[in-house]
Amino acid sequence: MTQRKIRVMVAKPGLDGHDRGAKILARCFREAGFEVIYTGCHQSPEQIATAAIQEDVDMVGLSCLSGAHRYLFPKVAELLKEQGANDVIVIGGGIIPDEDFKMLYNAGLKAIFTPGTPLTEIVEWVKNHVAPRS
Amino acid sequence: MYFTKELIDQSRELTKKWEDEVRKIVGTAPDQKTRRSTISDFEIKRLYTPEDIQDNDFVRDIGAPGDFPFLRGNHITGYRGKCWTFRMFSGMGTAKDTNRRWHLLLKEGQTGLSTAFDFPTLMGYDSDSSKARGECGKCGVAIDTLEDLLTLMEGISMDKVTTSMTINPPATVVWAMYCAVAELKGVPLSKIGGTIQNDMLKEFMAQKTLMCPPEPSVKLISDTVEFGTKYVPRWNTISISGYHIREAGSTAVQELAFTLRNGIEYVEDVIQRKGLNVDDFAHRLSFFFNSHIDFFEEICKMRAARRMWAKIMRDRFKAKNPRSCWMRFHTQTAGCSLTAQQPYNNVVRTAVEALAAVLGGTQSLHTNSLDEVLCLPSEQAVEVALRTQQIIAEETGVANTIDPLGGSYFIEALTNEMEEAAWEYIHKIDDMGGMVAAIEEGFPQMEIADAAYTFQKQIEMDEKVMVGVNKYATTEEPTIPRVEIDDSVEKEQIKRLNSVRRRRDHRAVRRCLDDLKNACKRGDNVMPFCIEAVKNLTTVQEICDVYREVYGEYRDPGYY
Repeated sequence: MTQRKIRVMVAKPGLDGHDRGAKILARCFREAGFEVIYTGCHQSPEQIATAAIQEDVDMVGLSCLSGAHRYLFPKVAELLKEQGANDVIVIGGGIIPDEDFKMLYNAGLKAIFTPGTPLTEIVEWVKNHVAPRS
Repeated sequence: MYFTKELIDQSRELTKKWEDEVRKIVGTAPDQKTRRSTISDFEIKRLYTPEDIQDNDFVRDIGAPGDFPFLRGNHITGYRGKCWTFRMFSGMGTAKDTNRRWHLLLKEGQTGLSTAFDFPTLMGYDSDSSKARGECGKCGVAIDTLEDLLTLMEGISMDKVTTSMTINPPATVVWAMYCAVAELKGVPLSKIGGTIQNDMLKEFMAQKTLMCPPEPSVKLISDTVEFGTKYVPRWNTISISGYHIREAGSTAVQELAFTLRNGIEYVEDVIQRKGLNVDDFAHRLSFFFNSHIDFFEEICKMRAARRMWAKIMRDRFKAKNPRSCWMRFHTQTAGCSLTAQQPYNNVVRTAVEALAAVLGGTQSLHTNSLDEVLCLPSEQAVEVALRTQQIIAEETGVANTIDPLGGSYFIEALTNEMEEAAWEYIHKIDDMGGMVAAIEEGFPQMEIADAAYTFQKQIEMDEKVMVGVNKYATTEEPTIPRVEIDDSVEKEQIKRLNSVRRRRDHRAVRRCLDDLKNACKRGDNVMPFCIEAVKNLTTVQEICDVYREVYGEYRDPGYY
């Protein structure tokens, strides 16, 4: 049996419309051989958690540049947990101050990427930390 | 002909000789790079000569400032008569916080105001909406009701200072508030001046503050153009914006082409829907461009934009008034060119970009603060940014003469080339049935996504350089003070909103919203209804919910 591909969702929670990074990353993940679902802008945490479960993804990558990550990122992680999807890995990116890293890790995020991070570094991280569920 | 045949022959001869020399030199000392291109990947030659612009006709293509085709500027006296407006984009927290920052900027020599709203306001949601959680006051000022706008304008002379407002889906609502505040302060609508961005077509391709589908969005814009033409003659009812298209990753040519094509779409709609004559309103259309880091490309883009718009007005819309042919524009330096790494370098980038905007002939300028890639600008950072403009205006001497780079072989050739490439896009979109049709097909969205991806790949491959990111990187980063918008802003703003909700006349609010809904259904101009509604303390979201209900809601299809 051939192994399933890594299946990821790139999501834009909240009202932030800065989607340049999210779209580039979605394309980059696709080129790296992952199956990619991109939500588009303006998704509520509830919509993202529901879609992640329905789409049976291995990882959710959240992007937010408006400063609302402090509410939105933990909320997505919490909703996934509540719905029994603890095994879905959640990572985040955007304009995230260093001071917020600890709070986000405590909320269950596994990695945070900030501006200037090479795409290859993010892809490598995913390959090393996300395994496709059988 | 720009040059005599004799001069072209001489030039050709000299160029040939020079080319032979170059071939000899690069045989032993090859160039560092085989290909040189702009940041938009526009290929640049080693040398430009008279031959590159031999097809230019001086009167037709270059002309004089203040005369068709306005390549060298709209104003006969250039910056000698009037310097560009120092207009810093600013907004944070509550209306009170922003008003304080505005007074500081005016004290420091800013000459115009420019409003940044927070995301809930930009998207037409109140601060207590479930969709607004965590966003209140974060990226700009939170405005829910007329009372917030009154606070925002406290101590500002609305008949003297012009105010620009970056607001798109709820532009009718916020403009109605501004008009109502002017009335309360006893300033007639004929005296107020400013700009609402109000350019929805670019929202579908970039920036993404979305509400209704493209068609009704354009209708609302035409309402404001009609209302402004009749009652608010000093107002720019639209700022047709390339800025966000560029920030989303487009090339300079795409920014130029999509912006102008959006402008065409709006003009066509106003003429068809409202029956106005082009010369009634075209002089109040304004534009907004990005000034990125590739110096000459930006200058040429802005010069080409002026010449193209003049041709569009004269040839496509048969405008008779020379003022209709003016492309008046604001410029902002490129946020996307700034780096979180080594943030002090951003001061230098912004200075170069601001200089390009001035040499391109902008009428108004925002210079980014060094910390804007990390947070909202601190007072110290915004002061350096404002001073950057003031140094360019008052120390460097670049404003002494009009269009100082005009006539340069390279500048004129690149201006021509960019114009030509932009026309190609415009004709293609014409063939698709216009910009609304092109957006529905995802065409501009995918063009921008492709360009953004290409650029990112070039950075990853070190084909393009960002200092401090993929070259000259350091491990130790300086820490700079970061402005934080406290979560308490959300609580304070919601408290304020609830207090308005308790005090207002509920029956009047209901009546205003019903009247607005009926006006939308009839296809009437919504502006008088909006003004009545905001005066009765209707909230931004209550009005936008009417639009969403009548016109439908647009969701980002997520092209990538």
